[in-house]
Amino acid sequence: MNSYSLVAEGLTKRFGDAAALDGFDLAVREGTVCGLLGPNGAGKTTAVRVMTTLLRADGGRATVAGFDVAAQPAQVRRVIGLASQEPAVDEILTGRENLVMWGRLYHLDARRARRRADELLEQFGLAEAADKRIKHYSGGMRRRLDLAATFIQAPRVLFLDEPTTGLDPRNRTEVWQAVRTMVADGCTVLLTTQYLDEADQLADQIAVLRGGRVIADDTPDRLKSSIGGDQLDLVLRDARDLPEACDVLAAFGPPAADPDTRRLTAPVTDRMHALGEVMRALAAKGIEVEDVALRRPTLDEVFLKVTA
Amino acid sequence: MTHALTDGWVIARAYLLHWVRNPAAILSQLLYPIVMVLLFGYVFGSAMAVAGTDGDYREYLMPGMFGQTMAVGVTSTLITMTTQVSRGVTDRYRSMPVSQTGVVLGRALSDMVSSALELAVLIACGVAVGWRWHNGPTAALAAVGLLLLLRFSLIWVGIFAGLKLTPEAAGASWMLMLPLTMVANTFVSPAQMPGWLGFLAEWNPLSATVAACRRLFGNPGFAGESWAAEHALLLAVAWPVAITLVFLPLSARAYRRLSR
Repeated sequence: MNSYSLVAEGLTKRFGDAAALDGFDLAVREGTVCGLLGPNGAGKTTAVRVMTTLLRADGGRATVAGFDVAAQPAQVRRVIGLASQEPAVDEILTGRENLVMWGRLYHLDARRARRRADELLEQFGLAEAADKRIKHYSGGMRRRLDLAATFIQAPRVLFLDEPTTGLDPRNRTEVWQAVRTMVADGCTVLLTTQYLDEADQLADQIAVLRGGRVIADDTPDRLKSSIGGDQLDLVLRDARDLPEACDVLAAFGPPAADPDTRRLTAPVTDRMHALGEVMRALAAKGIEVEDVALRRPTLDEVFLKVTA
Repeated sequence: MTHALTDGWVIARAYLLHWVRNPAAILSQLLYPIVMVLLFGYVFGSAMAVAGTDGDYREYLMPGMFGQTMAVGVTSTLITMTTQVSRGVTDRYRSMPVSQTGVVLGRALSDMVSSALELAVLIACGVAVGWRWHNGPTAALAAVGLLLLLRFSLIWVGIFAGLKLTPEAAGASWMLMLPLTMVANTFVSPAQMPGWLGFLAEWNPLSATVAACRRLFGNPGFAGESWAAEHALLLAVAWPVAITLVFLPLSARAYRRLSR
């Protein structure tokens, strides 16, 4: 059984009248990835800032790799890496110069800083762009360089605050790949995100955050099955078929119908099986389908389920 | 603590690389004082008559320009600081085992190097328009020292304000700095201003530095009736020391308060 690399107990933090953290509890096992899922303003960034020693909590306690963030901030800083929402890379410097500079600031000597920069550029797929200035990098490359910088000292715990916000799908996949590389090196990761599919892709554990506290905390599989797995969306040719189609879908999960858009949505557990069965049943009844899609539940649907 | 110097050097080096790689920014930074010298030396200067200058306005003007350039330099410290805070660079430093003293030293070192360069260009420009130092190289170097001392003290004002302001407010700080550098003895003698304004101008820290520089360079116009004008050399050291003593601890406190 692994021990815990990250423990938060009853963290509270107020900004004026607003409670950013309101009894935040979390425990992440060593070498695993925890996805902290929540909408804007749920307290994700505040939680990360407290655990990375940037912000002092009003109450509660947190330990990172066994060090208390309030009492032993210097020790914590020696074992963590932090990538904020905005890549903190230097636009004027090249990718290599950025990594060497940050390496020197982690107190590697000049030769080791250069060697580590080369390793990381290779590892994060930036070797070809190493000597280009960051202002010529794409959004995804910037993020990857930022992640590489957090990885210089081989951190034991890595904090990634919305690592893919504002990226297009291709760049997102590249960043996910970079995160997997880091996890493969045995690092514990806390990743905040607004997207369930991102947490699902990367995390061993998903904690759902709302109003500054964790309202659900489980493995992605158990969390998904508790919220009914995937969602099946159907758009019918004719709104008059809706009631009959509802009956078909009801066999898989409670459907929701919207007559205006002729859309039906139902949670399904065995996605491909459900899709096949539904399409067959609708065809047998002569109901025409204009569009069909299988998708992950949105954050709204997760919250509805979790708080129900 | 052993890392403060090496960390400071690494950071200063990166800042200076910015400078070298951004020729447009250097050019505008260096061109601005040159344009001001030409504007005040020839355009407004032709209508300027400052008491006790024997009509040679450019001899009077140059120490004022040096002082103003040092004072306005605070805006570049301020803007860099707010940008770093808003772009998360400060957060990264704070989440790393970097010496926080080193971060500040690096900032100060690179500001001093760029200000010294700016001053050198301006001095060359002054020589080109006929300004001279008359009391020998030692006194001239002492004057340069006083100018850099003023700039150094303002680094702490820049860091303190930079931790408190947004980048937008920092960009607008020019609008406050320019008049502040003019309600002084930079361009005209405070004796020619209305009483209360003249009083403010006499006691402006910038006036002390500029008056002391005029005296050390042997340029006209340093004489004055007031206590402040008579003790310009003393005040030119005392003001920056006082500013540093106030704003250095305030900056350190503002930095610690980022974690609130």
